[in-house]
Amino acid sequence: MLEDLLEKYPQQEDQLIEILLDYQSQKQHRYISEEEIARIAAHLGVSESKVYSVVTFYTFFSTEPRGQHIIQVCKDVPCYINGERTMRSVLEKLLGIRVGETTRDKRFTLEQTSCLGHCDGAPAMRIDDKTFTNLDENKIKAIISEYRGAK
Amino acid sequence: MVNIRINNTDLTVKEGTTILDAAKANNINIPTLCYYPDLDIKSDCRVCSVEIVGEKGLVTACSQPVWEGMEVKTNSPRVLNARKTLTELLLANHDDTCTACERNMNCELQTLANTLGIDENRFENVLEEEPLDSHNDAITRNANRCIKCGRCVDVCKNVQGLNILETMNRSHEMKVTPAYGKYLSDEECTFCGQCSSVCPVAAITERDNTDEVWRVLDDDRKHVIVQVAPAVRVSLGEELGSEPGSIVTEKMVAALKQLGFDGVFDTDFTADLTIIEEGYELIERIKEGGTLPMMTSCCPGWISFIEQRYPELIDNLSTCKSPQQMFGALAKSYYAKTENIDPENLHVVSIMPCTAKKYEAAREEMSVDGEHQDVDTVLTTRELGKMIRQMGIDFNELENTPFDNPFGITTGAAAIFGATGGVMEAALRTVSEVLNEEPLEKLDFEDVRGMEGIKEAELELAGNKVKVAVAHTLSNARQLAEKVKGGEKDYAFIEVMTCPGGCIGGGGQPYNTTDAKREERIRATYQVDTGMEYRKSHENPYIKRLYEEYLEEPLGEKSHKLLHTHYFSRN
Ligand code: SF4
Ligand code: SF4
Ligand code: SF4
Ligand code: FES
Repeated sequence: MLEDLLEKYPQQEDQLIEILLDYQSQKQHRYISEEEIARIAAHLGVSESKVYSVVTFYTFFSTEPRGQHIIQVCKDVPCYINGERTMRSVLEKLLGIRVGETTRDKRFTLEQTSCLGHCDGAPAMRIDDKTFTNLDENKIKAIISEYRGAK
Repeated sequence: MVNIRINNTDLTVKEGTTILDAAKANNINIPTLCYYPDLDIKSDCRVCSVEIVGEKGLVTACSQPVWEGMEVKTNSPRVLNARKTLTELLLANHDDTCTACERNMNCELQTLANTLGIDENRFENVLEEEPLDSHNDAITRNANRCIKCGRCVDVCKNVQGLNILETMNRSHEMKVTPAYGKYLSDEECTFCGQCSSVCPVAAITERDNTDEVWRVLDDDRKHVIVQVAPAVRVSLGEELGSEPGSIVTEKMVAALKQLGFDGVFDTDFTADLTIIEEGYELIERIKEGGTLPMMTSCCPGWISFIEQRYPELIDNLSTCKSPQQMFGALAKSYYAKTENIDPENLHVVSIMPCTAKKYEAAREEMSVDGEHQDVDTVLTTRELGKMIRQMGIDFNELENTPFDNPFGITTGAAAIFGATGGVMEAALRTVSEVLNEEPLEKLDFEDVRGMEGIKEAELELAGNKVKVAVAHTLSNARQLAEKVKGGEKDYAFIEVMTCPGGCIGGGGQPYNTTDAKREERIRATYQVDTGMEYRKSHENPYIKRLYEEYLEEPLGEKSHKLLHTHYFSRN
């Protein structure tokens, strides 16, 4: 699958982010493995370190397999002040995992991210493409059980 | 021209000048960390922050060009406070055990803290310790000292074109490492050490082998000899506080004798030998239709580069060992025999401008008896400087002392090995005399000298026009490698040195090497050349004698066994 995708892109360094976005969105567990990083690097004629650097710079890329739903909690200052720590520990307890981990059933991955652009609704989190604001313990519980209920 | 004012001094400077350069040209010192001459301006450490009167925020002097009427304050309380805070934050995420550090008293972070008068840190140390990468023979990486200035990234990416070190993650989780935090030995690192030579702190250093040398020097059973590379005599003075480009050959020999070496020899001798063997190899390839262009093989960084990335060009590499390894091979065979020393008790040390030479000496095939490495320990110029300081030697007061024989009489051709283009020029001096069967009118091949990235020259050899090329840095070398891979047949001979300027700019040379200093060392190198009695390798009387007494003939059976080698694809 990676080979077919690489075919479509010119072998230029400036294509790197496009390729990573395109590939990760199609891949199961939405992550990019070590072999794939090496392959993409070879295709573009850049070093493995360069690709890894880009993958680790942006929080929407991952080098580890992720769950079906990716929960990202904002860790920037406004959220931090407005209870980011509670939000995080509620989620950790609810899911039974720590930040950076994936639940055993591969349903959820919990991550931190930088500002989501909802400082007025802090604390905020994003699940996949949807953002939730003004969170408290009850709200979080309701949201997670809704996601658990849906398949 | 633009009129500006810095700290109450009116100055007129060129348009487009940065505040930093304008200040420096007028003896006003602004501290820097991520800035390094000859590299890109990164402006990420913010240590060079200054105040522009009338502007709200502070600006970084290394990146901010001046404008007409600009008024700068480099030392206002606001500036000093900001610098102090930044430095304290760096120290709070740093292994700050200065007295237990290789760079103690030679560290830019320590100097900065000292000039800012930091005597206590308001921030608690939050360093999360990481393991050392000491998994190769050449370079040690200590992430606990890294201040993420990005200089090594810049050198590895832009000078060498390799990009093995990179910035990973972001904000407070940022790190500078190879992908996945792997070891350098698991990456296609050439161990050139250019990253170590630009690092402001002790986060990347050569693997320190000085203890091992002190130990063998103290062991009465051991006969310990040392060889010194051409580039060290024009840089050791600088390491010990003299002006760049100081030539200290004979004081260096005296210092090595004081350290206790039983024989102090010159790698220049085996550089002459390399020219004979490599010259004859080139002649043979030209006459008998061997693989051309032939490419030099004295630089282990370049050898790694070919083995890792261009294995299809392995046959183009000369089979000659480097001068360091030819010396080691002769020491463990010829010298051990004539001096009647059990190889078990013969310890060969080399002093090199280079970190990759440590790796080269440890390569498995670099052993003539299959039991002992030919070169036992390699020290960089910096490590020799350290030993001289440890011994308390007053270097400038030493009496001038010549090298010992039989490996002490050398030529100007060997002396220039240290500068980019030097091996080419030395080879041309010999090859053209042998092939044209008449003495050269002019010994200096100006076309192959100097700091230009890729140099070419054309000359006549035995009635044929021949083209040669010289490259330094792996970015430039890659261009030539691509050409040869693409089938370019124009060149007969290519010289490549991994380090900018050649070995005089090597990864084991004094810290803070810049292009300006490289130019000084190159000038000194050619000065050594013109001052020599013999200037062509084939005129070296001791080389002639070595062939008569021992080696018999260039490319002969003995030479093949001792002085030539082979390479491996590591792709
Ligand atoms: S030693 Fe050379 S090749 Fe290796 S990381 Fe440093 S600069 Fe890059
Ligand atoms: S290793 Fe040295 S040069 Fe590289 S980022 Fe860290 S401090 Fe800077
Ligand atoms: S150019 Fe010289 S100093 Fe640099 S890696 Fe090659 S041999 Fe070593
Ligand atoms: S030296 Fe100017 S920002 Fe680092």
